[in-house]
Amino acid sequence: MEIIKPAAAGTLESSDCQVTVEKGDGGIDFSLESAVINQYGNQIRKVVFETLENLGIDNVKIRIVDKGALDCTIKARIEGAVYRSVDQYDNLPWGGAIR
Amino acid sequence: MINAVGREIPDYILNQTGKKPFQGSFHYDGTIFKKHGPNVKVVMNNSGSKLVPTIDEVLDKCDAHDGMVVSFHHHFRDGDKVVCQVMEAIHRRGLKDITICASSLGKAHDALVPMIEDGTITNIQSSGVRGKIGQAISEGKLKGLAIMRSHGGRVRALMTGEVKIDIAFIGSPTADEYGNLRAIGGKSDCGVLSYAMPDSFHANWVVGITDCLVPYPNFPAHIGQTRVDYVVVVDEIGDPKKIATGAAKPTTDQRKLLMAEYCTQFVVNTPYFKDGFSYQTGVGGASIASTLSLTKIMKERNIRMGFGVGGLTKAMCDLLRNDQVNCLLDVQDFDTSAVESVKNLKHFRISASEYANPFNKGAVVNKLDFVILAALEVDVNFNCNVVVGSDGVITGAQGGHPDTAAGAKCAIVIAPLLQGRIPAICSEVTTVTTPGETVDVVVTDYGIAINPRRQDLIECMKDVDLPFKTIEELRDIAYSIVGEPEKVQFEDRIVGIIEARDGTIMDVVRQIKPFEFREEV
Repeated sequence: MEIIKPAAAGTLESSDCQVTVEKGDGGIDFSLESAVINQYGNQIRKVVFETLENLGIDNVKIRIVDKGALDCTIKARIEGAVYRSVDQYDNLPWGGAIR
Repeated sequence: MINAVGREIPDYILNQTGKKPFQGSFHYDGTIFKKHGPNVKVVMNNSGSKLVPTIDEVLDKCDAHDGMVVSFHHHFRDGDKVVCQVMEAIHRRGLKDITICASSLGKAHDALVPMIEDGTITNIQSSGVRGKIGQAISEGKLKGLAIMRSHGGRVRALMTGEVKIDIAFIGSPTADEYGNLRAIGGKSDCGVLSYAMPDSFHANWVVGITDCLVPYPNFPAHIGQTRVDYVVVVDEIGDPKKIATGAAKPTTDQRKLLMAEYCTQFVVNTPYFKDGFSYQTGVGGASIASTLSLTKIMKERNIRMGFGVGGLTKAMCDLLRNDQVNCLLDVQDFDTSAVESVKNLKHFRISASEYANPFNKGAVVNKLDFVILAALEVDVNFNCNVVVGSDGVITGAQGGHPDTAAGAKCAIVIAPLLQGRIPAICSEVTTVTTPGETVDVVVTDYGIAINPRRQDLIECMKDVDLPFKTIEELRDIAYSIVGEPEKVQFEDRIVGIIEARDGTIMDVVRQIKPFEFREEV
């Protein structure tokens, strides 16, 4: 998948995260600000890269402001932001790229 | 050297501080020591007043010098204006290497950070530090070691002479011109001066600071004229709105109510719950809720509390108003309701030494049946952390946590299993403040764990319908939801020590390190 336009998903509420994506410069440019970065920074990065890989994305600037979201939330917010960036709201690949 | 809670205390820290590693909660029971006594400047003349016009002049009279130790109390809480006024006067003189020995420091004292950075303040000894000072210490800005002491441990340090206070500055809601200090009346009513009482016995110079001068004699004095050298009147010693807040509304948070209910059910099923039992709790939502639900059962079963102790809130003082407790023993007032209650004849002020000092001839905490505590983290050995946040930054205070846990027959810690993504029950706490051997029960919203050391409690709960789990099970539930947390990355430099109540070293606190992602494998 290619990121087409900048998009965001999620909130800055406790236990949520806000994900913004935009077209990259030929790779994955990941930045993270997290209330729990000391304990879960590496784990969050792992989830981000796995989720992007599932979506087939390798060219993106992705920024996450995390307020202690669980892995499943982070994954869902990334998927939300990515599909918004390509304006796809129907026929989402449940069980495929989204799993 | 590894201490009795399994923490590595580097030899150079032991050498530098002259301290021993923690050897167990009751290691020094029965020890005999010689009390340290301060200097006393004799006043025989009858020329009258101890009033000094300004803080600056009192600094001259008390021989303020580089390297001195000054002390403060925290009864004005977030409304305190004494510490900053005094420290600004010290700063203006260009004095250096000052040690602050406070009963606690908080958000009201953020203005001290530049004085830490420029070397005015090089040592801090306190129950804990919240706000920007905590951040500054964790970033390594304090030249010396921060020492975190429990309320009881602080009095011990004064009594043994481990810390010798040069000048104690005691903010007092009212004072007369001959140094009788009272916590009641005036503009900044804080109810009690318990944490300052030991300072008045052990400091070389004792200065009362007030914004309400009253006629002599200001009796009955909470700190009397025989212990006070000078009195300074300033415009404001505090912000009354932040000293005693209105009573907190009872929580409606279902999670806290659930934990409160578990806690109360546990309490009433122990053998200690009988007429005349004693009880202490804190100001957290779950603590207050458990006091309220306990109150109800006491009424139903016609059981009276013998005494309640501690920092007091409306929920505790209502027990006295409703004649459900014989008396309250007070070291701090958290709301206006408690400040009002202290005027009741059965609501007694006690000093920090009477409350919790492990090195006197027996403190009130030793007579506690129950204490209900909170914690940032509890590990599978029941060790608690109440000082250092899970992110490694100093953010809390020991308070009376280790003192009451050691004293009470049944020490209960209430903690929600998860705070956001951070598990409160973990394999190893970031920093140990209260040793697990003194913590009997942990109540979470996912279940209750009894310390295996307390087989008697496990036995008496056998037929009680509560969700009992092992502490490891609670940790595993937490980790199954949020994942296992990684350990915080610290620098090598030690910025502070957690002192056990007996003066040994419980743990060390290291400088925080900016987070870096682990290299890809």
